[in-house]
Amino acid sequence: MTPEELEQIAEDERASQGEFPHRVNVCVAAGCISCQSLSVKEAVDKEIASRGWQKKCQSKGVGCMGLCAEGPLVSTGTGTLYQHVTPADAGEILDGLDTHPPDRLICRTDVPFFQRQKKIVLENSGVVDPERIEEYVGASGYGALMRVLTDMTPSEVVQEVTKSGLRGRGGAGYPTGLKWSTVAKAVGKQKYVICNADEGDPGAFMDRSVLESDPHRVLEGMLIAAYAVGASEGYIYVRAEYPLAIKRLRTAIRQAERIGLLGASICGTRFSFHVDLRLGAGAFVCGEETALIASVEGKRGAPRPRPPYPAQAGLFGEPTLINNVETYANIAPIIRNGGEWYAQIGTEKSKGTKVFALAGRVLNTGLVEVPMGITLREIVFEMGGGIPGGRRFKAVQTGGPSGGCLPAEYLDMPVDYESLAKAGSIMGSGGMIVMDETSCMVDVAKYFMDFCMTESCGKCVPCRVGTFQMNELLARITARTASTQDVTMLEELCDLLRNTSLCGLGQSAPNPVLSTLRYFADEYTAHIQEKRCPAGVCGAESKES
Amino acid sequence: MITDFSKPGPPSTDKRWRLVDATMRRLGNQSRGLIETLHTVQETFGYLDEGALRYVAVSLRVPLSRAYGVATFYHFFTLKPAGEHTCVVCMGTACYIKGAPQLLSAVERDLEIKPGETTPDGKVSLLTARCLGSCGLAPAVVYDHDVAGKVAPADLRQQLKKWTRHDS
Repeated sequence: MTPEELEQIAEDERASQGEFPHRVNVCVAAGCISCQSLSVKEAVDKEIASRGWQKKCQSKGVGCMGLCAEGPLVSTGTGTLYQHVTPADAGEILDGLDTHPPDRLICRTDVPFFQRQKKIVLENSGVVDPERIEEYVGASGYGALMRVLTDMTPSEVVQEVTKSGLRGRGGAGYPTGLKWSTVAKAVGKQKYVICNADEGDPGAFMDRSVLESDPHRVLEGMLIAAYAVGASEGYIYVRAEYPLAIKRLRTAIRQAERIGLLGASICGTRFSFHVDLRLGAGAFVCGEETALIASVEGKRGAPRPRPPYPAQAGLFGEPTLINNVETYANIAPIIRNGGEWYAQIGTEKSKGTKVFALAGRVLNTGLVEVPMGITLREIVFEMGGGIPGGRRFKAVQTGGPSGGCLPAEYLDMPVDYESLAKAGSIMGSGGMIVMDETSCMVDVAKYFMDFCMTESCGKCVPCRVGTFQMNELLARITARTASTQDVTMLEELCDLLRNTSLCGLGQSAPNPVLSTLRYFADEYTAHIQEKRCPAGVCGAESKES
Repeated sequence: MITDFSKPGPPSTDKRWRLVDATMRRLGNQSRGLIETLHTVQETFGYLDEGALRYVAVSLRVPLSRAYGVATFYHFFTLKPAGEHTCVVCMGTACYIKGAPQLLSAVERDLEIKPGETTPDGKVSLLTARCLGSCGLAPAVVYDHDVAGKVAPADLRQQLKKWTRHDS
């Protein structure tokens, strides 16, 4: 594969796409598939065949279009978006291509949910067919890789990424350029690049969506990273719970190998890169990098103390670069448009965009990509459309079990790594769960503590014993049998876990408790002193029929 | 150091063991392939039994304790065969606040089983998931292999009735 050959593939693809006057795209990401979008696709194909429109209208399955709540979603070449499409609507949609689109199915795209987004990571989602490499190449895919291999030295690549100000999208926000340069400088026989696709935070589905909608983008990011740090082998550690993402990744790897974009001497250079999948097996702790490495090595996912960091001694004891799916997905656009371009987006310390999975008690649930620095209010109320059923907003939860719950006072806070941390939450991987007055914050804190307790690997005592004890205390509060002393003890345990746990899981496990104690102390008081649950959640399950 | 090692034969003449052998071979019959191999066993046979664990452990030259440790550490692996049908209730945050606990207690009450258990007649297994990533459709339930979104307790009950009444 040479740059010219790649360009040829891109041109052929664009030409063959251009032959069709019309196009119908059906979302075939997991969200819409569970609303039967595959039968919609089938119906569209059948309708095209029965009309003899094979040369007039192209139909294809594409990735996530974002507004999962209104699925199955279908779009046309002219940009009309349809929602809640059923197989019976296929004829009407095709009729509407030449004339007037059927009004009853239209999903408006001139609303903030779509207009406020800035798509970098998701630029191809909902546009290209994730199962065809040609489409990705046709959308300038692998162009950045070619440029890197032919025009840039590894250190120039690292510099470009450093210039972009990109920070790790897995949650902690470590500067990506710095991580790359550490691995590049490390000495080892064999270096590895790992993609962390073990999206374990409940309530987060950005990575799943990127892998299902645009898997080649992640591979290209990994290839560029491998070239920059001098690695020749890579692994994608993906959750076994995401069968569709696994299938599409396998297809993508096979296709890239077939046309020589993965394998030995890529693009006629001395650069070689092999990538393989490793399936996670349902352990939240494996999102922690040293635990993930243990799991790739076929062991139990128990973390180990750092240093040495994986950059020095990671997989099989060799220097290893680990980044999250979304981080890799940002790399190709950064190389294509330059680090400075990327650095213009976002805030001073948090550059670029972030993909959020908006879910919970909000009207428009789905996936949004927004520039850093946007306020929570804009995301929840303007893009998300606010709270359904005329109920009141109570909190927004970011960062999953490691994050916190932010109350209405923080709605005007800009979303960036520092502001979220200062408010007692974290950016996390991008899950954003909106809660209204029907949620009890003590119950939510208990939910997360129960999660951390179950997911604690058991290696270090503070986490193993501490999460259990905290869960017991919270259970007592929700059962309304706790005393004020229990809260004091809860606070002490928070402090203990935070400062003495071995890894991020234990260190951040107190966050949901601390943030709810800080902002919703009145709910704790009501449970303890007045023996009642203001939201009517605690103790209600047994009564529910 | 023991250099003389011959791989044992599979626990039974079942041809499906060839798939397991293929996975081990692809990963160089090395201990690092343990998790991948267990995935293949579970995909092929539905669960991991003692015979399978012993066979994989000896083949990859890891202590049985390590194979058992890995199999019980990860939630995805199960040591018990599943029922004819499985019902997975997602307990992710979005599902939780949108009523997953009510769904779960409905199943628990109707079938008189807890998560991780199977009905005595072997018809239905009840499981919970940490998060299916279908948060946009919360609360979500997986019936056998199909994800259903925005599930109400009544929908769930109806599906369970279908499974337990007829031999569907």
